[in-house]
Amino acid sequence: MSPLFALIARDIRLAVRQGADSMMVIVFFVLVVVLFPLGIGPEPAILARVAAGVIWVAALLAAMLSMDRLYQSDHEDGSLELLVLSPLPLELQFLAKAAAHWLTTGLPLIIAAPLLGVFLNMRAEGFGVLLAALALGTPSLSLIGGVGAALSLGARRSGVLLSLLVLPLFIPVLIFGVSAVDASLTGLGAKAQLLILGGLLLGAAALTPWAGAAALRQAAE
Amino acid sequence: MHRFANPTRFLKLISALQPWAMGVSVLCLAAGLYFALIVSPADYQQSETVRIMYVHVPASWMAMFCYSAMAGASAVGLIWRHLTAFVVARATAPIGAAFTFLALATGSLWGKPMWGTWWVWDARLTSVLILLFLYLGYMALEGAFDDRSRGARAAAILAIVGAVNVPIIKFSVDWWNTLHQPASVVKIDGPAIHSSMLTPLLLMAMGYTAFYFWVMFVRVRAEFNDARIQALRLRQTEA
Repeated sequence: MSPLFALIARDIRLAVRQGADSMMVIVFFVLVVVLFPLGIGPEPAILARVAAGVIWVAALLAAMLSMDRLYQSDHEDGSLELLVLSPLPLELQFLAKAAAHWLTTGLPLIIAAPLLGVFLNMRAEGFGVLLAALALGTPSLSLIGGVGAALSLGARRSGVLLSLLVLPLFIPVLIFGVSAVDASLTGLGAKAQLLILGGLLLGAAALTPWAGAAALRQAAE
Repeated sequence: MHRFANPTRFLKLISALQPWAMGVSVLCLAAGLYFALIVSPADYQQSETVRIMYVHVPASWMAMFCYSAMAGASAVGLIWRHLTAFVVARATAPIGAAFTFLALATGSLWGKPMWGTWWVWDARLTSVLILLFLYLGYMALEGAFDDRSRGARAAAILAIVGAVNVPIIKFSVDWWNTLHQPASVVKIDGPAIHSSMLTPLLLMAMGYTAFYFWVMFVRVRAEFNDARIQALRLRQTEA
């Protein structure tokens, strides 16, 4: 097995064996969404109108919440230093870490999303686009969040700091993710928004490894 | 540039430039305000509220200028390991955040009479709001480490990552249909604004820029003095 896939497999194995962490993110995601009907009232028309936005914001928060564990335990037990010393380029390791993060949190979020769409009375035509938008958008979140997690390693109050660093950078994904669903529900077609989300993902995949690897090198110094 | 990576030489340079920056800033702001508030005509549609422009537009320019300066200095610091560049970036951040806040606040005050609303979620306003959060994130990250040089380097990476936002702000009025008007000063076919309004605008812009350099010089010198005092204290306790 190549070192790249070994790293992904290691992270997934760690996440699965400490299954509580992954589950907690999904439970958090569901709970946040459930709070909205209670907060703004159970009127089906209003819920249907805000459904896509609520699901996206909750997914953003859930992805961010799980971000700090991406490098934290490696930093604490010293395996980060071994990773930095290993012959596999740190940029590729960053991609592997982000891929593992997406497989353990982004993918479950996407699987849970249709259920929440039903809770929020979302129109059935929007489900397909919502899933496509989440599938294109959440990997970007893992990549951008990975940079934030690497930057805030070893900082004081890194949890709050991480949200301040990462949430502004998540905003473009949120905007196009929600407008994709809205456009398809109003019959305009979501192709443009999905293409932009794909473009954001490609851009993030090309650029974030450099920033993330530079940050990891500093953290391990 | 590498010549001035030496802190002593850099300090000597900015100490010599500081009174000039102060003078240009005070003169330009005074002249700019005189032309803006008294000489320049009121707009035929916007009447007197157009005068907000002379505060708002240069503040927005400076918000982007400061971010570019901060990201540039951060890149220099990371690439050539010049500590002086980190100090400049760190000194720039609060000034840029203040300009961004000023641009948002005056824009909001201008939006109420003109658009009928304090705030709209269009591309220009949203991207400038993100810029403000980037400044705040930079300052928070920079101060979050016990080891200051680690904080400076981590924040430098964040500043460079956030630089993708600057062209988005610049072109947001061309790419999207927004309530905010498109660029009318920096255009290929010359400014679409009469000289009676362009003169105070440019004077204010020059005054703002000189003000930035003035305050930045003061902050950089303060930072170096702070480091010197700490070194002296350390020596005292060791002795």
